[in-house]
Amino acid sequence: MSLLIAEQFLNGIQLGVMLFLMAAGLTLVFGVMGLINLAHGSLYMVGAFAAAFVAANTGSYLLGIVASVVAAAVAGVLIETLVIRRLYKRDHLDQVLATFALILIFSEGTRMIFGSFPLYLSIPDALGGPITLPGGIEYPLFRLTLIAMGLLVAVGLYLLITKTRVGMQIQAGEADREMISALGVDISKLYTFVFALGAALAGLSGALVGTLQSVEVGMGEPVLIMAFVVIVIGGIGSIQGALVGAVLVGVVQTLGAFLLPIWSKMLFGSPDAGAVLSSMLIYILMAGVLLIRPQGLMGQAA
Amino acid sequence: MKITTLLASVAAAGLIGTAALAEGHEKVKVGMISTLSGGGAGLGIDVRDGFLLAIEQSGRQDIEVIVEDDQRKPDVAVRIADRMIQSEDVDVLTGLIFSNLAMAVVPSAVAQGKFYLSPNAGPSALAGRGCHPNYFNVSWQNDVIHEAAGAQANTLGYQNTFMLAPNYPAGIDAMNGFKRTFSGTPSNEILTKLGQTDYASEIAQIRASGADSVFFFLPGGMGISFLKQYADSGVDIPLIGPAFSFDQTILPAVGDAALGVNNTAQWSPDLDNPTNVAFVQSFQEKYGRLPSMYASQGFDTANLLISALEKAPVSDTDAFRAALREADFSSTRGAFRFNTNQHPIQDVYVREVIKDGDVFTNRLIGTALTDHADAYAAECNM
Repeated sequence: MSLLIAEQFLNGIQLGVMLFLMAAGLTLVFGVMGLINLAHGSLYMVGAFAAAFVAANTGSYLLGIVASVVAAAVAGVLIETLVIRRLYKRDHLDQVLATFALILIFSEGTRMIFGSFPLYLSIPDALGGPITLPGGIEYPLFRLTLIAMGLLVAVGLYLLITKTRVGMQIQAGEADREMISALGVDISKLYTFVFALGAALAGLSGALVGTLQSVEVGMGEPVLIMAFVVIVIGGIGSIQGALVGAVLVGVVQTLGAFLLPIWSKMLFGSPDAGAVLSSMLIYILMAGVLLIRPQGLMGQAA
Repeated sequence: MKITTLLASVAAAGLIGTAALAEGHEKVKVGMISTLSGGGAGLGIDVRDGFLLAIEQSGRQDIEVIVEDDQRKPDVAVRIADRMIQSEDVDVLTGLIFSNLAMAVVPSAVAQGKFYLSPNAGPSALAGRGCHPNYFNVSWQNDVIHEAAGAQANTLGYQNTFMLAPNYPAGIDAMNGFKRTFSGTPSNEILTKLGQTDYASEIAQIRASGADSVFFFLPGGMGISFLKQYADSGVDIPLIGPAFSFDQTILPAVGDAALGVNNTAQWSPDLDNPTNVAFVQSFQEKYGRLPSMYASQGFDTANLLISALEKAPVSDTDAFRAALREADFSSTRGAFRFNTNQHPIQDVYVREVIKDGDVFTNRLIGTALTDHADAYAAECNM
């Protein structure tokens, strides 16, 4: 049983770091530009389809991953300059409407190009199969790779934001938008960069998760909802918050879905109550965090 | 004066009405509500394409098919059904893929006097007490395919099976169907969220369970995710399941991960009867891909409709219903007849996933159940 719980804990961490890749872009875009981007899930889908297409045509998984990052970033730059840019000064309702329209356009566009049937994208042979961890847990190597990639990206983002000039501009943009443009920073370029960065992370996460799951139209929307929960828990605009929130949500979700039905079976003789509760668990967690810290775990008080 | 004009026009309208009837070939309007976008789209598209292929092959110009996408959302399906019934005045409805949507649409549609021909969903609630003279199921009652899987598990000598299905009407039917015929004891019964795509947690439980086999029902993208993750996990407990997780719509996306798995269905692409051979060939010529079982069900549904229309106009409700009941059409699955609850009595086969050249597909390896009727027919009082 303890081995099983340890394995489930790893599964939770893995779900968490993939959520982090999604949430990081979402929280940056919201924090710096004040924009609610529902189409973030579409960029995730773009990444997965680009990876599947390139991997199938070149035979190289690595090229597929590179393609996912590039394609999602390009898509991000395109929609930022064509659509999103016009929305910064509008209220959130307009942003939600416009980016919802983008979801529909991306979904139908992808269907026109690739058809309605899921694409094939599978784990490369070098990363396939399980390995035995200390303590005797057999765990898929690919999921361990995902955890490592996610943590690597987190470190990279941390360095980018704290140690580079662009990072300082991003931080400044979050703190005071008017002042940073008054200081001579080309704010529209900065916005495009931040948006493309967020898009690239979403695309990467789409390709990595798509490898494990199925590459199909509409794959981004369920993840988007969880990513929103993550950034609300972590504190909107905070990268550290996104990481903490994502791992917390991943672990709570996975362990909850595993343990609650077992407990409810022991207590009431039926797993149903636990199953119902476990599907609400992350929302209960979000409500609890908001009750105690309305700005989120790492958010700045408004 | 005005009243007489009004009366005259009413009389004239009446005449036109009878003239159209007398012609014998009144136009028939079919409303098809199917899942054409999102995760389950592959299924709906195959049902639609199979259905339209049969209409085209019949050469009949008097059947008009209106196709709408339900997005796998019950509220959208209900809205489309209301519009089709009230303002577009369709005669026959068909097309729904998912049982939860069928439960939302079918009872009210048949209560309003429309016919519903189900090309896919067969929830138990509509087969037993909830059966209706205007509801015909042309595919299967949900449990049946899983009952076949249970029977096959017995044949293979499985004793304790780990069971996995999503938590929605068809998932519950799947669990019940499998357990009805399975003579061993399930080691675990896990209901997952509908639409879940990460099965790491369930696979960890399978690894720890000590079961000798895994039965799973995960249609569409859920099945793709599960199979890929299962193959990569290194767990080598044999899998068994209904054809929904091993169908032509998902095999190309799963790849090697499904090879050799036994799965049960009322149809297979290599089923050897003239109707099926012609169907598989013409479907491939028209659409450039192998048909799935969903496509065969859409094809059969349209042919049932056409066979009934040959005998009676849809406006003569009782005669049309009697003609449907006769099921006088040649089905892609061979023998086909309706039970008292207007669900099929048919054979259910065992198939095995193979790689034929570059193409992943299924081949027949045996028959799990012969002339099989569902378990709910006795509860139906019609």
